[in-house]
Amino acid sequence: MRAYHFTEEPYPDAWKLDADTLRVTLPNSLCDPKRAADLYHQYLDGWQLCDELGLDIFVNEHHSTTTCLTASCNVILSILARITRRARLLGLGFPIAVRNDPVRLAEELAMIDVISRGRLDMGFIKGVPFEYHPSNTNAVHMTSRFAEAQDLILKALTTHDGPFSWEGEHFHYRNVNIWPQPYQQPHPPVWNSCLSPSSVAAVAKRGYVMGTIFAGYLTKNLFEVYRKVWRESGHPGEAPLDRLAYSGFAACGNTEEEGIRRGDMLTTYFKTNAIVAAPYKNPPGYIPAAAGARMIKQTGTMAFHGYDVLDRDGKPIAPFAAADARTMIAGGLMFAGTPDQVYDQIVDFYQHVGGFGNLLMMCHAGTMSYADTAASLTLFAREVLPRLKDYAKARTTQTGQREAVA
Amino acid sequence: MLDRIAKSTATVTIAGLEIQLVRRGRGKPLVFLHPEIGLAPDAAFIDALAPHFDVIAPSHPGFGHSQLREWMTTVEDLSYFYLDLLETLGFDDVTVVGNAFGGWIATELAVKQPWRVSRLVLANPAGIKLSAREQRDFADIFSLDQRELDTLSFHDAANARHFDPKTSSEDDIYVELRNRESAARFAWSPYMHNPKLIHRLHLIRAPTLVLWGESDRIASVDYGRQFAAKIPGARFATIAQAGRYPHIEAPDAFARAVHEFAKEK
Repeated sequence: MRAYHFTEEPYPDAWKLDADTLRVTLPNSLCDPKRAADLYHQYLDGWQLCDELGLDIFVNEHHSTTTCLTASCNVILSILARITRRARLLGLGFPIAVRNDPVRLAEELAMIDVISRGRLDMGFIKGVPFEYHPSNTNAVHMTSRFAEAQDLILKALTTHDGPFSWEGEHFHYRNVNIWPQPYQQPHPPVWNSCLSPSSVAAVAKRGYVMGTIFAGYLTKNLFEVYRKVWRESGHPGEAPLDRLAYSGFAACGNTEEEGIRRGDMLTTYFKTNAIVAAPYKNPPGYIPAAAGARMIKQTGTMAFHGYDVLDRDGKPIAPFAAADARTMIAGGLMFAGTPDQVYDQIVDFYQHVGGFGNLLMMCHAGTMSYADTAASLTLFAREVLPRLKDYAKARTTQTGQREAVA
Repeated sequence: MLDRIAKSTATVTIAGLEIQLVRRGRGKPLVFLHPEIGLAPDAAFIDALAPHFDVIAPSHPGFGHSQLREWMTTVEDLSYFYLDLLETLGFDDVTVVGNAFGGWIATELAVKQPWRVSRLVLANPAGIKLSAREQRDFADIFSLDQRELDTLSFHDAANARHFDPKTSSEDDIYVELRNRESAARFAWSPYMHNPKLIHRLHLIRAPTLVLWGESDRIASVDYGRQFAAKIPGARFATIAQAGRYPHIEAPDAFARAVHEFAKEK
């Protein structure tokens, strides 16, 4: 069992909850570079602390937004590759459907893997709707572009006998021959984030790691699809636990009150995340017309984040943006309280979804201070994670599940 | 082939694609190429043109219920498709009328096989780049919310037609979403133009009329004038009380302008 700490590196000083948009068009005059420097250093300190505490590191990227100052996973991962010593370095992800140069990305990934001496996890994603205007990529081609870019990156990372050429639908190269080759062979682990059973099935067929991002109890079904498709695809045995990742919030305190207070700070993520002007929420092609028409007939809207926090039985409790820590806990989206409570909540969720090997935890958001973040991470690493690892090991022995791909 | 196209709405197979098509009226053939918002089969302008022309109004591949091939990604692809359509229907002396995005397709088609087109009418056409690199000739229809977009596109925004999530059928919603998706497929980037097209306009041979709905605030009337000036011998005229889609907002004035132009020797 691994636990990764995640922050989007927000710039909360420019957050206004009544703004029309915090993304795409918000001018960067609202970003004081001196303040941004302090924040970057604070967030890097948090990840460096994880390295010392035995936690792993999870980084993502967004563009043209005050909700996330990580405009490039690779800049942050490159720094972490040098200043950390043992933590896994997960980028989840690299929005390859909106990037223009997969070979350049393959080179950067190989460099980070080598500099970190084999600690990179490569999460490839399509990118949220708001990335299509800033990148100018056509969302109509999202799916085929993603698939082609992923194939090309993996071929670049695993080809060692000189150049190959690539003349595809979206990308053309006469001479692909990257240096260095990756440290992990045949290549660093591939991760994909999944929201629907069909995307889970595609990931399971290839045997990559699948992660659900803030999917709460819907995760149970998605993990079941993965296990089923894994079996049907001719992979050996049952899907090992390290193929499955779950992401949610986590906050520990010395008292329940302190843990919940920190959990409430984390919920500012969903209060700001979806503040986006309407045209950027749904670029044409992002949701295919037939699926969009069905959604509109069923729900009245096809807006991204148009959904609610659901309880264990699938009943809506509250909109994401209105949910406090206790509501998030009820939705399986947050583990918060004392270390004992956090442990119990995670074990309960773990049993509900049938187990997983990677816990991706957003332990910082919004204006949460370094002191609060560090205290929460330290409590988790010292008092929750060792027990979780013991629990997972015992349960694996009991159920015969495998922990990892050999 | 032409005899087999029913008078009204039909599906025909062109270049292996099933294409939805409206055909109405008597006279010389006129092909109407619709704008980025698609084609309403019961549109009044078709009736206004029908006494004078054999009107053929297809839905472009990817629009309405017309099939699309995944490899079709540019307006040049659409223009070759329409050359295929003219060949299939045996048209070699045809009036081609295009509006906005459809005007762009018409222009691409006319520079490729100029001899096929006897008259060319472009109403508020897109397709060429005129301004500096840090300016747009067209307001970004993919960055405007629906109300702003209608205000800039129409003389009177009340003339815009949209689905209602509650009362419209799933199919009507699908068609509007599909039209938007396909508009982006072909016009997202380079936005609303082909950088090469401006260098090919001199190839157009047909007598050409550029019409401009005066209330269009997606592109300016000045863009229309400059577009016309680059086509040999083209004439320019405006239509009052109409925006980017004059065939919708001023169907009679639009049909009259087309008919009078086509009548001239």
